[in-house]
Amino acid sequence: MNAKGTVFKYGDNVDTDVIIPARYLNSSDPAELATHCMEDIDAGFIKKVQKGDIIVANKNFGCGSSREHAPIAIKAAGVSCVIAETFARIFYRNAINIGLPIIECPEAAQGIESGDEVEVDFDSGIITNVTKGTSFKGQAFPPFMQKIIAAEGLVNYINSK
Amino acid sequence: MGMTMTQKILAAAAGLDKVEAGQLIEAKLDLVLGNDITSPVAIKEMDKMKVNGVFDKDKIALVPDHFVPNKDIKSAEHCKCVREFARKNEITNYFEVGEMGIEHALLPEKGLTVPGDVIIGADSHTCTYGALGAFSTGVGSTDMAAGMATGEAWFKVPSAIRFNLIGKPDKWVSGKDVILHIIGMIGVDGALYKSMEFVGEGIKNLTMDDRFTIANMAIEAGGKNGIFPVDDIAVAYLKEHTTRPYKIYEADPDAVYDEEYTIDLSTLRPTVSFPHLPENTHTIDEIHEMDDIRIDQVVIGSCTNGRIDDLRVAAEVLKDRHVAKGMRCIVIPATQKIYMQAMEEGLLKTFIEAGAVVSTPTCGPCLGGYMGILAEGERCVSTTNRNFVGRMGHISSEIYLASPAVAAASAVTGKISCPCEL
Repeated sequence: MNAKGTVFKYGDNVDTDVIIPARYLNSSDPAELATHCMEDIDAGFIKKVQKGDIIVANKNFGCGSSREHAPIAIKAAGVSCVIAETFARIFYRNAINIGLPIIECPEAAQGIESGDEVEVDFDSGIITNVTKGTSFKGQAFPPFMQKIIAAEGLVNYINSK
Repeated sequence: MGMTMTQKILAAAAGLDKVEAGQLIEAKLDLVLGNDITSPVAIKEMDKMKVNGVFDKDKIALVPDHFVPNKDIKSAEHCKCVREFARKNEITNYFEVGEMGIEHALLPEKGLTVPGDVIIGADSHTCTYGALGAFSTGVGSTDMAAGMATGEAWFKVPSAIRFNLIGKPDKWVSGKDVILHIIGMIGVDGALYKSMEFVGEGIKNLTMDDRFTIANMAIEAGGKNGIFPVDDIAVAYLKEHTTRPYKIYEADPDAVYDEEYTIDLSTLRPTVSFPHLPENTHTIDEIHEMDDIRIDQVVIGSCTNGRIDDLRVAAEVLKDRHVAKGMRCIVIPATQKIYMQAMEEGLLKTFIEAGAVVSTPTCGPCLGGYMGILAEGERCVSTTNRNFVGRMGHISSEIYLASPAVAAASAVTGKISCPCEL
């Protein structure tokens, strides 16, 4: 499985309130949530994002509220992968559970800028910055989580058990 | 190598003699919680699972509290979805408007959270119940769905940070100041993926409501859970609120911690988190050195600080005083029981006489839902838990997190203030 796209780069502590503000949580429709994705940190995001694009951030991405609406909005906006130095733990679980690929890689977070073309090979964990001609090795998931990811989420994983 | 308190609870729930940090386990759950924002998503996910209903109708708590009483048609539809699911599955602990409260104040009050429990909740502040010696942690909706269906959840066993609390806090220093101080010290990801274990002789000087506040905000340091040992104060609380049997776990003497801090509570000062991160803390003394920070609104409430102790201290400050002209002060008792108690103790009268408004229990303004949204450029001193960009309204508005004492004093002066200045 691979992802390839243009990068939207953010800093530290991107919280779930800016990923999807609570004023929109009276909806749980992924397509509707996607139209407000990243609105309070980057109002232009949703106009610019293309299917397959990649979000890269520094530490503690997805901190704050447990709202699964955050990874749902990101996935429904067409984002193929989120790369960060670290993720907040509830976001990390939620992303795996709904089948949004995420990778922790501090070096990649440092070595990638907005607008770079980046390719991710999920099997090897290799992240390639095509624009800059550099590559990084992301942290591999433990086998247990790989099974959930391979099943494309926790629901399918439980159904297959 | 011994186990921490959290590790012991998780080992028991996984049916193992021993676990260690980093180990992946599947644990049996004692309670699965959801609210009106997260449950509808969980219910949709559960419909996709090949299961016949919930694992145990007595071990699920559904508490519509975020946007209730329904703030708009879409919120009403969410609540209806939760209500119908509860009815269909005969959920024992579904709390309708009129008997509900803010989930993390309500469940301990109803005796549903006891020492040794393993609890997941689709709300990040589920870590609150660690105040009673339970392992409880926030998850998302799909985890909640899986928990409701199977009664189990997977966990990576956390390592821990030990906070050794000593001494006795001053008159205007509360649990909120303790946890804001800690978050300021270690940062918003200082306890990422870890347990925060609060121990030491100083905890005897913290009421249960102080402890709920401290455990509640473990998530604001990135923590997986916050937990206190079960002492006489906790046992007295349990005696009053529950008939459920429970098991007390203590950390092994040779348990290993990633880090250890000793905090002398007698040295702490009223502490305020400045926009836009809970780690941006300043003591009231530092604030005195700054230009006045004028404010437009005060909120006293939430799962962090809407309990009876919080309302008592706010009323003590507001008694025979008045909210500054042009200021709005919104007081939100966290549960119906607290609301009633505040009425019987005359606290509501004090608030209304002081020019504050008192609301039915709701999370409302804390997450920018309703009941106190901020306009462009407005500032609020709030006893809630997050001061992120846009959290309570317009993206240029500002939230200063503080204790009920500081919030009430600030309502009187119209600027960030300590009760000692009044």
